[in-house]
Amino acid sequence: MLQYGVRKLAHTLLVALGVVTLVFAALRLSGDPAATMLPGDASVDELVALRKTLGLDRPIPVQYVSFLAGAVTGDFGISFRHQQPALGLVIDRLPATLELAFAALVLAVVVAVPLGIIAALNRGRLADVLAMAFAVVGQATPYFWMGIMLILVVSVELGWLPTSGRGTWAHLILPAITLGTHFAASLARLTRTAMLEVLGQNYVTTARAKGLPERTVILAHALKNASVPVITLIGLQFGTLLGGAVVTETIFAWPGVGRLAVQSIFVRDYPVVQAGVFVLALSFVGINLLVDLLYGVLDPRIRTEDTA
Amino acid sequence: MRRLRWPLLLPALPVIVAVAAALLAPWVAPASPTSGNLAARLRPPAWISGGSGTRLLGTDLLGRDLLSRLIWGARISLLIALAATVLGAVVGSLIGLVSGYYRGRIDRVVTKLIDVQLAFPFVLLAIAVIAVAGASIPVLVIVLAIGSWVGHARIIRGLVLSLRERDYVQAARALGADTPRILFRHLLPEILSVILILATFDVGRIIILESTLSFLGLGVQPPTPSWGSDLRDAAAYVRQAWWTSVFPGLAIMVVVLGVNLVGDALRDALDPRTQSRARA
Repeated sequence: MLQYGVRKLAHTLLVALGVVTLVFAALRLSGDPAATMLPGDASVDELVALRKTLGLDRPIPVQYVSFLAGAVTGDFGISFRHQQPALGLVIDRLPATLELAFAALVLAVVVAVPLGIIAALNRGRLADVLAMAFAVVGQATPYFWMGIMLILVVSVELGWLPTSGRGTWAHLILPAITLGTHFAASLARLTRTAMLEVLGQNYVTTARAKGLPERTVILAHALKNASVPVITLIGLQFGTLLGGAVVTETIFAWPGVGRLAVQSIFVRDYPVVQAGVFVLALSFVGINLLVDLLYGVLDPRIRTEDTA
Repeated sequence: MRRLRWPLLLPALPVIVAVAAALLAPWVAPASPTSGNLAARLRPPAWISGGSGTRLLGTDLLGRDLLSRLIWGARISLLIALAATVLGAVVGSLIGLVSGYYRGRIDRVVTKLIDVQLAFPFVLLAIAVIAVAGASIPVLVIVLAIGSWVGHARIIRGLVLSLRERDYVQAARALGADTPRILFRHLLPEILSVILILATFDVGRIIILESTLSFLGLGVQPPTPSWGSDLRDAAAYVRQAWWTSVFPGLAIMVVVLGVNLVGDALRDALDPRTQSRARA
């Protein structure tokens, strides 16, 4: 298990390096940040001066190395708007984003996994049809529209929950539903498929034949083995959740990293955009490492496979 | 090939309506999508008191006809989705084809690239690129294609890896067929149905992503009508005028639902091997 963990960690560091490179490529090769940051009526002299301040007049490989150095030491420059280190601003907002993403994740798992199991056990019957209808509609609904509709119905019409901000549990409910529904939809589908596959296996028949109670068969024998693809999806989708958090935060004025990054684009606060994208992408890489390690625990066969 | 089941027609209906609206927008839209009458702003839909018979779905904050904006918005949203889907599918399939066929160093580079991009939430990538390149329709199409090539490349690569060992490919090689001929005459037809299925699911995903970016203000810019950017304005006054928020979102949902169900049906008909897991 230790060897497996080390191998996974090495792989993660490699991917993290790739992610940093991709952030660099996206930010430096898609245009001139200095031109984006200055107002439209800025003079050429101002442009040249800003390019020099930002170090954009240096060759690309040199910029890349100093970007890497900055990423390792956590130095992304000073926010123009807040006059503080960009990374600090982002880190301050990170707990809010993670709180929202985890709430959505928990909500999705709590709703979708039982839904998928019930659908699989009642294949072709009404419960299955309803569960899959929920899944198909959920997958077709954009986050932001879901959020607007929830605000319209639950907050404006019924007046039950606050429309925006962060603070109490009540503030968390609508954003978590908004962010979690899409994920719950795909998770329910996958849980159903994985359960159907496992329920047809010989060891499930054996477990039933030796007279184990149905509860034990489903929870201990079927669900544990169906959980590997389900956990894969949870890990993979966490990134989608972080992306969706950007949208959800914007709708509900949730003070997280995503909202900060989007607002920073409009005020041309480039260091903050850079730091925000970097921190969210790295959180995603970290979560995937956790998921990989969890696999090794759930399915001992994976530990010995060559995963490099 | 199994026969297409009859319920296919039902999910296909919204897709057909949206495509027809997009193609025929200048003729079927009852009013101009961009010029409004400020005196008639925020009129409710026709069936609610205060609504007007000529403004079927009501008007928005600037007094523009909502139905007309939806119809013209279909044109923009579907055009972007189609362009990005085709671009992503062509680039991704080509990369997958070459990488799976040649293996070796090219393949190692491609698989690393796929790994890295999968480790990167798409919306963040879009934000990074659009923050620098600015928000415009061409940038949007390229960004969306960057988000979708990976799925194609990964699956096509896997397929080609196994197909290249088949007897008929070996035979073609033994008979002296050159590589482009093997790739495009022998391998491509074999994987075309998979590409088609993947692309269909991409259309739905990309419509949602496009509307999301436009909603954030990073995509289609006003006054160009698009379902996502219309919702950006509408969300601000959802209390006063629910219809401006409800209908554009409903349009996105119903069309994406239709596209996805058509994709499901296509997959069942063309390729029984791929399980529903492929799109979960």
